[in-house]
Amino acid sequence: MFDVHEMEVNFGPQHPSTHGVLRVLLKIDGERIIEAKPVIGYLHRGTEKLFEHMAYPQCIPHTDRMDYVASATNNLGFVETVEKLMGVTKQIPRRAQILRVILSELQRISSHLLWLATHAIDIGAMTPFFYCFREREQILDFFEAYCGARLTLNCMRIGGMPEDVPAGWLEDIEAFCDKFDAAVDEYESLLTTNRIWKRRTVGIGVLSPEEAIEWGITGPPLRGSGVEWDLRRAQPYEIYPELDFEVPVGKNGDTYDRYLVRMEEMRQSNRILKQCIPLIRETPAGDLKAKISKVIRPPEGEVYHSIESPKGELGYYIVSDGKTQNAYRCHVRPPSFVNLQALPAMARGHLVSDLVALIGTIDIVLGEVDR
Amino acid sequence: MNKALLTYLVWPLVKFLIAFIIVQLIVVAMTWIERRLLGFIQARLGPNRVGPWGLLQGIADPVKLLLKEDILPTSAEKIAYFLGPMLPLIPAFVVFALIPYGPPPAFTVTRVNVGLLLILAITSTAVYGIILGGWASNNKYSLMGGLRSAAQMVSYEVPFGLSIVGVLMITGSLDLVQIVRYQETNAWNFLPQLVACFIFFVSMNAENNRTPFDLPEAESELVAGFHTEYSGMKFAFFMLAEYSMMIVNSCLIVTLFFGGWTFGMFGVGLTTSVLRGMGFFGGILGAAIFFAKVMVFMLVYVWFRATFPRFRFDQLMDLGWKWMIPLALGNIFVTGLFILAGQERLMYWIGLALLGATVFYLGRKPAPRKGIHASRVSEA
Amino acid sequence: MSETTPPSTPPPSAAPAAPTAPPVRGADEIKRDPLVAAAVARAADAVLDARELVGEITLFIDTARIADVCRTFKDDGFVYLVDLAGVDYSKFPNHTGPRFSVAYTLYSFRRNARVRLRVWTDGDVPSVTAVWKTANWHERETFDMLGINFTGHPNLERILMWDGFNGHPLRKDFPIRGIDTGARIYPEVFPEGGGPKAGSTGKPVNDVNLYKGEWKAYGSSPAAQIGGGAKPAPPKPAPKPVAAPAPAPVAAAADDDAEEEA
Repeated sequence: MFDVHEMEVNFGPQHPSTHGVLRVLLKIDGERIIEAKPVIGYLHRGTEKLFEHMAYPQCIPHTDRMDYVASATNNLGFVETVEKLMGVTKQIPRRAQILRVILSELQRISSHLLWLATHAIDIGAMTPFFYCFREREQILDFFEAYCGARLTLNCMRIGGMPEDVPAGWLEDIEAFCDKFDAAVDEYESLLTTNRIWKRRTVGIGVLSPEEAIEWGITGPPLRGSGVEWDLRRAQPYEIYPELDFEVPVGKNGDTYDRYLVRMEEMRQSNRILKQCIPLIRETPAGDLKAKISKVIRPPEGEVYHSIESPKGELGYYIVSDGKTQNAYRCHVRPPSFVNLQALPAMARGHLVSDLVALIGTIDIVLGEVDR
Repeated sequence: MNKALLTYLVWPLVKFLIAFIIVQLIVVAMTWIERRLLGFIQARLGPNRVGPWGLLQGIADPVKLLLKEDILPTSAEKIAYFLGPMLPLIPAFVVFALIPYGPPPAFTVTRVNVGLLLILAITSTAVYGIILGGWASNNKYSLMGGLRSAAQMVSYEVPFGLSIVGVLMITGSLDLVQIVRYQETNAWNFLPQLVACFIFFVSMNAENNRTPFDLPEAESELVAGFHTEYSGMKFAFFMLAEYSMMIVNSCLIVTLFFGGWTFGMFGVGLTTSVLRGMGFFGGILGAAIFFAKVMVFMLVYVWFRATFPRFRFDQLMDLGWKWMIPLALGNIFVTGLFILAGQERLMYWIGLALLGATVFYLGRKPAPRKGIHASRVSEA
Repeated sequence: MSETTPPSTPPPSAAPAAPTAPPVRGADEIKRDPLVAAAVARAADAVLDARELVGEITLFIDTARIADVCRTFKDDGFVYLVDLAGVDYSKFPNHTGPRFSVAYTLYSFRRNARVRLRVWTDGDVPSVTAVWKTANWHERETFDMLGINFTGHPNLERILMWDGFNGHPLRKDFPIRGIDTGARIYPEVFPEGGGPKAGSTGKPVNDVNLYKGEWKAYGSSPAAQIGGGAKPAPPKPAPKPVAAPAPAPVAAAADDDAEEEA
C-alpha cells in the first residue's frame, strides 16, 4: 500500500557505491529514506560448507576469499582458532608471532586505505582515492615480496608461518613506516577540516554505544560510538600485549567519528609496525614453525576464537569430531555481516546521498558478508 | 551583394562559425586537459597513449562515442528521449553569438544592447533537456537526476541573476561591450563587486553541475543521474553541452568581472584603444587574452573537481536559498548605497581589503591535530 | 576430550580425563565458576549441563527456555551477542539425540570474557531477537543454512540463498557439489522446502554420475526437457521419494514442517 509520495528504488546490486553486490531496497519519499532493506547473498559461495570438506590447512586459502581486502587477518583468525583447538597456541615461535602481527597490521593499513579511498569517492572527493592507492600499492608490493600474492595471501600456516622474511623486506617496511604518517596527514588535509566533508559526515548515522552493542557492532564503528574495545587490547593474541599502541575512540558515533577513528588506527598500526621491526630482528632467523604433527587432527570439541580484523571482530567457531582432518563445522562470524545489519536503523530518515556515506562508513566487504 | 546583407547576415555567420569552431576546439582540448590535470593533481598520468602526450585523446573519444551502439531503452519515451540531449546544445551554441571575444566591432559576432539579459534567458532553457532526458529514460535514477537538476538550476538561477545586478548598477549597461569598456577605464569589476563575483562563480559551478555541485549526475549516488540510459553520441551531446556551457559561463565571468579582452585598468595597459591601434594583430591579441582568461576559469573548474567532496541535496538548497540569495540581495543594497553616496572608488579598497583578508584566512596554518581519545567506556 | 554420551541428558556427566587440557572440571564446578555463577543461579533449572574446553565455558540450556536464559545472562552483564551458529550433528560420530545444536556466544564487557550457551533441537528454537537485535540476521542465516526454525522471529526469511531455494546447504546430507536449483522456476519438478533432492536425474544424490552429464548443474535445469517435450523429463513431480540415502527423507519431512511454520 504505497502512499503516492513513496517510491521504491532498487539500490544495487549493480551500483557504483555499494562496494560489490550489496542490494538495498529503498522506500523513499522524495530523497528521504523511509525504509532501507539490505538484500545480501549475491556473493554466497558456500565457504562454510567447503570448510567441512577440506583438511584444515586447505581451508586457509578459502579464508582469503572472505574479506578479500584483508586476507592476512582472515588467515590469522583461522589458524589461531585451529591452534587454540589443538592447544598449541603457546608453542608458536616468537618470530612467527611477530611476523603475523606485521602482516596483519600491514593488512589493517591496506584495508583502511581502501576504505578511505572508496568512502571518499562515494562522498564525491575523488583525489584521496588515488593518494590512498599510492600507499596501498606499496603494501601490496610487500605482500607480494613475502608470499607472492598481492590480494589473496594465504600467508599463514597452522603452527607458524610458511616462509621467513625475504632479504631487504624489513628495511623496505621501515622506510615505508617512516613516510606513512606524512601520507596520512596528506589524506587528512584533504578531508578532515573540509567543510563539505564535515557537512556530509557529522551527525550522519549516529549510533549510541548502547545501540551499537545491541546491534553487535564491532571494530571501528563500535569505537566510533565511544566504546573503548579492541580485541587486540581486550583479549590480546600473538605479541600484542607487549606492543605500545592506543585504541582511538570517538565521541558522537557518527560517520565523521568513525572516519577519525580509522584515520587514527592507521597511525597506530604504523606505530605497531615500527615497534615490530626491531623485535623481529632480535629473533633467530628461520624459527617459524611449532613442532606439531604434519597431519592436523584436533581433538574432539568446539572452540570460538576471534581476532580484531580491520572491519571488526572476526570470529571462527569450529566444531571438531576428533576423527577426521576436516572441521566438522566451521562457522565464521564475519564483522561486515553483523555491522551491515544496523544499516536500516542508521539510514532511516536520512537522504539517499547519506546512504552511500553510511555504506562506506560501515566498511563492508561483500565477500565476507555473503561468504 | 548589398552592404546590409553583408553586415547583418554574412559576416556574423562567418564570425559565429569561427567562434564556434574555436569553442569546440576548446571543448576537445578540455577533455584532454581536464584529465591530464586531474592526473597531475592525483599523482597519476592521465591519458598519454593516443598521439604525443595523449594529445589525440580528444579526437579518439568522440570517434569512440560515434561508433558506439546507440541504445534506446525499450520503455523510454522516444521523442523526449531523443530531444533530451539536443535541447541543451541549442542554448549552449546560440550564446556564442552574443559574447564579445575581442575589440568591437571586428571581434564581436553580434552586438546586442540587452546582450546580458538575452544570454541569461537563453542559457536558462538548457535545463529542459536534462529534465526531459531524465524523465524520458524511464529510470528512477535518471528521474531523480533530472529532478535534482531542475531544482538546482532553478535555485541557482536566482543568485546567478542577482549577482549580475551589482555589475549592471556600476556600469549602467546590459551591453557586454559597454561593460568591458567600463572596466578598462575603471577597475575590473571583481574588485568593487567581490561578493557578487564570488556568488557568480559559485552559481556558475552549480549551473553547470560541476563538483561540488554535481548532484544531478552524482556517480556514487545516482549511477550517472540523468544520462544513465544514454550511450554513444547522445551521451556525447550531453557532455558537449556541459562543456560548452562551462565555456559560456567562463566567458561570462571574464566579461563581467575580469575585464574581457582587455589587460589593463584605469586606462593603463592593453586597453581597447591600444589594441585597436595595433590593427588586426591587436584584435587577435585581445581575443587571445580573452581566451587565456577563460582557460584559467576552465582550469579552476578542474581544480575544484579534484579537490571537493560533493554536497548533499538539501545542503545545496540551503546554500542557494539561505546564503547565496540573501548575500546577493545584500550586495545589491550595499552597492546601491555606495552609488547613492557617490563613493564608488571606495568599493575598490573594500574589495581589495576583503580579498586580502580572504587570502590571509585561507593561507593561515591549520590548527594542530587533536587526537580523539575521549574514552567513553560503556557501562556494561 | 569430552564424552560422547548424548549431551541432552541432564545428569552432570563428569568427563573422562582429557589428554591435553588442564584438569577438566565437572559440570557443577563449572556452573559455580564466578564468570557464570550469578546468571546460572537465577536460571538454575534451565541449565542442563556444562562443559569446558580450552578455557571456554559451554552451558547446555533447555531449548524451550533459551530466550529467558539469554535475557538473564544479558541482565547479568553478557550484553553482547557475539555469534550464533547452528551445527548439524547428524553425522557426528557416536551422536544420538537431537539433530541440531545452536550455539550462542555471549560476551561481557565488564568481565572481558565469553561464555557459550548451547541448545539441542530437532527443528524449533525460540528466537532471541527480542533480547538482542543483532540476533535477527544470525538467526535468519542459521535458518537459511540449516533449516532451524526460530519461533517468534519477526521475519524468518532466507538471507544468503534466494527465496525458494530447495534445501538447506549446511545440512550434512546436502551434497557439497550443490543441487540442481531449478526450484523456483520449475516448482513441479523441484518442490520448495525439504531436504536436498537429486536434481534433474531423480537418482539419489550420491549415485549421480557427474561425468556422464547426468547432473544438470547450477540452474541449467531441464528446461529443454520440460518445455520442448522432445524427451520425457526424467524427474517426475514432487511425491517421488528419493531413493533413500539414509537421513534425507527424515530431514525433508522435518524441514517441510519448519518452512510451513516460517
